Amino acid sequence: MKSIQGSVAAVRAGARIDNALRLTVRVAILALFLGVTLTRPASAMNIQTIKSPGGIEAWLVEEHGVPLMALRYAFVGGNSQDPAGKDGVANFLTAMMDEGAGDLKSEEFQERMEDISMRMSYDDSKDALYGSMETLTVNRDKAVELLRLSVQKPRFDTDAVDRIRQQLLANITYSDKDPEKVAMKTWYAKAFEGHPYARPSNGTAATIAGITHDDLAAFHKRTFAKSNLKIVAVGDITAAELGRMLDDVFGALPANADLLAVEKTMPVNVGTQSVVEMDVPQSVAVFGLGAMLRKDPDFMAGFVVNHILGGGGFSAKLMEEVREKRGLAYSVYTYLQPFQHASIVAGSVATKNESMAESLQIIRAELKKMADNGPSEADLKAAKDYLTGSYALRFDTNSKIATQLLGLLQDDFGPDYVETRNKQVEAITVDDAKRVAKRMLDSDGLIVTVVGKPVGLKAATPVPAGIPNRG
Amino acid sequence: MLSRFRFDRDRRATHTPRLFTLWILTLLALPMLALNPAAFAAASATRATEFKLANGMQVVVIPDARAPVITHMVWYRVGAADEQRGTSGIAHFLEHLMFKSTEKIAVGEFSKIVSRLGGQDNAFTGHDATAYFQRVSKDRLPRMMEMEADRMVNLRLDEKEVLTERDVILEERRSRVENNPSSLLSEQMDAALYLNHPYGVPVIGWYHEIQKLSRQDALTFYKHYYAPNNAILVVSGDVTGDEVKALAEATYGKIPSNPDVVTERHRPQDPPPLVPRRIELKDARAGNFSFHRDYLVPSYQTAKPGEAEALDLMMKIAGSGSTSRLYKKVVVEQKLASTVGGDYSGGGLDSGTLSLYAVAADGVALEKVEAAVDAVLADVAKSGVTQAELDRAKSGYLADYIYESDNQATLARRYGWNLAVGRTVADVENWPAAISKVTLDDIKAAAAQYIDLKRSVTGYLKPDTRGVAERTAPDASPAAATSVVR
Repeated sequence: MKSIQGSVAAVRAGARIDNALRLTVRVAILALFLGVTLTRPASAMNIQTIKSPGGIEAWLVEEHGVPLMALRYAFVGGNSQDPAGKDGVANFLTAMMDEGAGDLKSEEFQERMEDISMRMSYDDSKDALYGSMETLTVNRDKAVELLRLSVQKPRFDTDAVDRIRQQLLANITYSDKDPEKVAMKTWYAKAFEGHPYARPSNGTAATIAGITHDDLAAFHKRTFAKSNLKIVAVGDITAAELGRMLDDVFGALPANADLLAVEKTMPVNVGTQSVVEMDVPQSVAVFGLGAMLRKDPDFMAGFVVNHILGGGGFSAKLMEEVREKRGLAYSVYTYLQPFQHASIVAGSVATKNESMAESLQIIRAELKKMADNGPSEADLKAAKDYLTGSYALRFDTNSKIATQLLGLLQDDFGPDYVETRNKQVEAITVDDAKRVAKRMLDSDGLIVTVVGKPVGLKAATPVPAGIPNRG
Repeated sequence: MLSRFRFDRDRRATHTPRLFTLWILTLLALPMLALNPAAFAAASATRATEFKLANGMQVVVIPDARAPVITHMVWYRVGAADEQRGTSGIAHFLEHLMFKSTEKIAVGEFSKIVSRLGGQDNAFTGHDATAYFQRVSKDRLPRMMEMEADRMVNLRLDEKEVLTERDVILEERRSRVENNPSSLLSEQMDAALYLNHPYGVPVIGWYHEIQKLSRQDALTFYKHYYAPNNAILVVSGDVTGDEVKALAEATYGKIPSNPDVVTERHRPQDPPPLVPRRIELKDARAGNFSFHRDYLVPSYQTAKPGEAEALDLMMKIAGSGSTSRLYKKVVVEQKLASTVGGDYSGGGLDSGTLSLYAVAADGVALEKVEAAVDAVLADVAKSGVTQAELDRAKSGYLADYIYESDNQATLARRYGWNLAVGRTVADVENWPAAISKVTLDDIKAAAAQYIDLKRSVTGYLKPDTRGVAERTAPDASPAAATSVVR
């Protein structure tokens, strides 16, 4: 049923981190039943880097008290690899991966998965296509066989393709009436105009209608390869066993992916504001700017500044000003989202049509204040205390561990990142934060899209002259 | 459940109208891994420690030492269905206001303190219960208990703060309901399903009543229901029962009980249903034609022994996933719908529901979809299910719980919810055994009794095509819609 929920689910903003978080793998509970006690502070986690006999690399966290395992993997590429005119093919593919493989047609494949209580799911983001598999140790061989078939020999039978197409089309129809999703989609279309990141990851009714068996097979062939594969395993499996599994599942894939070149970019249409009319009582705005890439030396400072501005829930400035002081919105937030080829700091607010203009004005003012003055010493300390103190909360289940590690692997960090991360946060000074706030938060450059019937809010062209296009 | 704060940026949007699908009950404990139904019958080990403080506060501790992290929750046995008529939304409003201030905590500081301690906090309200929680590292537990105990009885509300928060809740209602035709239909269906029971009133409240809620309404509700003898403390994570006991006695244990809180909860009950009800909502913002059906049935708390378990299994076989009867028949074989599904919500104090939904395939009339769904259900009621289906459904539940109970917060919620609606730790932990006992005859009997249109509301959601035509250019594609832009 992935196709029903999985693809409806996302505001496919291409939020890679969100996508990764959604790939929930749930593993370790048996330890509880078995009376096994596993104490595992994040800092004590033993991450092995392994290589299979066939040369496939992976990270492994062994945990043998629990007769279960989770495998997470990513094929770098994602929906920014959708060929022109075939928007949505990556997403379509993810919905087809459990719809029959090898000699097993859809229904038989799914019944076999159920019979062994195996979990398998796929998801796409702008930069990668994610897979997830969980199995009980006792059924591992059978699960590996089904996973192997899915990875290597998905069928794309016509009846299944048409059935999933109907679901995807229904999802698009639904999303196109959802102000939040439309605001997000429109924002990406504006901010990345001319770049693959601008395209709707779920496709359009027209592109989905035109995607064929051959398109799916071609996309699969191009993007499922060993050169762009990242793998993490957590649970009841040894390095040697995992090595054999990796060769079984992934060994027969082509050595090299055939990826389209995607250029590094920065948002365009800076300083614009667009309004999409929709007859709803509450408008939704998405706003954002270009930001620093994951490997930028200022990234962590940017992350902390975002936390203070809009990422930190009730501790954040925007929440304080828009919700707590004025009651203008239930939800207002920002996030720093580094993609592979661009980075953004973006956010959203939903408020009644009459209050949108005021809310956006407050948000702009807060951005400007943060850019001009930076955070205070106290704000910075509170943010660091939260970010360092809560890091362990990201590692309290095996599924979360797998998610975190795959993210690190994808960003080309080593296993030692888990040990050094809090020190990086601690090292940020007020001067760092001020400098980076100024660099990141150009409130005049804000790209804004609003969906609804906002009162007194007009579409605006870029501020004339003098503002350099950050693209 | 309504939360005080949205965690997820990409809120899941499904076609199902259920705003507050309750957690299906429980958790299971297994001595071994065999996935055959017989394993369900195997003795299930007790996991949670349970005790009571002298003032009547119930405590449950669920040890999980895998990471040095704690989930700390306080549940109150009060929810939206306990509100006085005319003050709908007050339970949820109070939940928001609980984050304002006490003598010891300045306005808005509660969550900030939790955050500075490296923790995360939130709260949620349902029809039957309200809960507050924090996730923190182990060493912060004493401070969390101190703060939570403080606001159980020392809340301070400033008039202006209250009015500002009321505006926030009206925005929350716009986000969740007014902006979303599926939610509007769901509210209308609930109002029709419950002839007399307050489950027919939305947890968030009706707009016109929220607008009039006052500081005094909140305080009256608070003073009556928020007391240790009406609360349940649930702690899961890296902690023992003894540790929690000592801390609880030093914090919650100091609060006197409130003799005015009646432990027996009596809400107006529904008369026997006599007539099928039908609702049709036309809205330009409905993208698809969809069919919805709810049946009023018993909950785990009100059902005869084994009946709720039978309903749970029956709905899994009929409506869960792409191997379900409904999906195979209506989507795969007949191609009348693009999606179809159904489930049983059995967590309620006073009743449960069977819920079904389907999105019509292109050009297929909802009447045809409805007839096809009804035919599948009628077949289950008349002929039952097969042994193979039942075995697979039982194994499936077993596996679900194995996989999904990885999370200490989920464990805390399962125990907390069950206790809040009057079930016991033993009920939670004996659930696997109860599921294992369900027979083919039980399923057939439950289906025959409860798949009865008299108990139901049927809802159609239809795009109002005239509305769309008035509003947008001839080509109503999203691209055309966005072209209104500069």
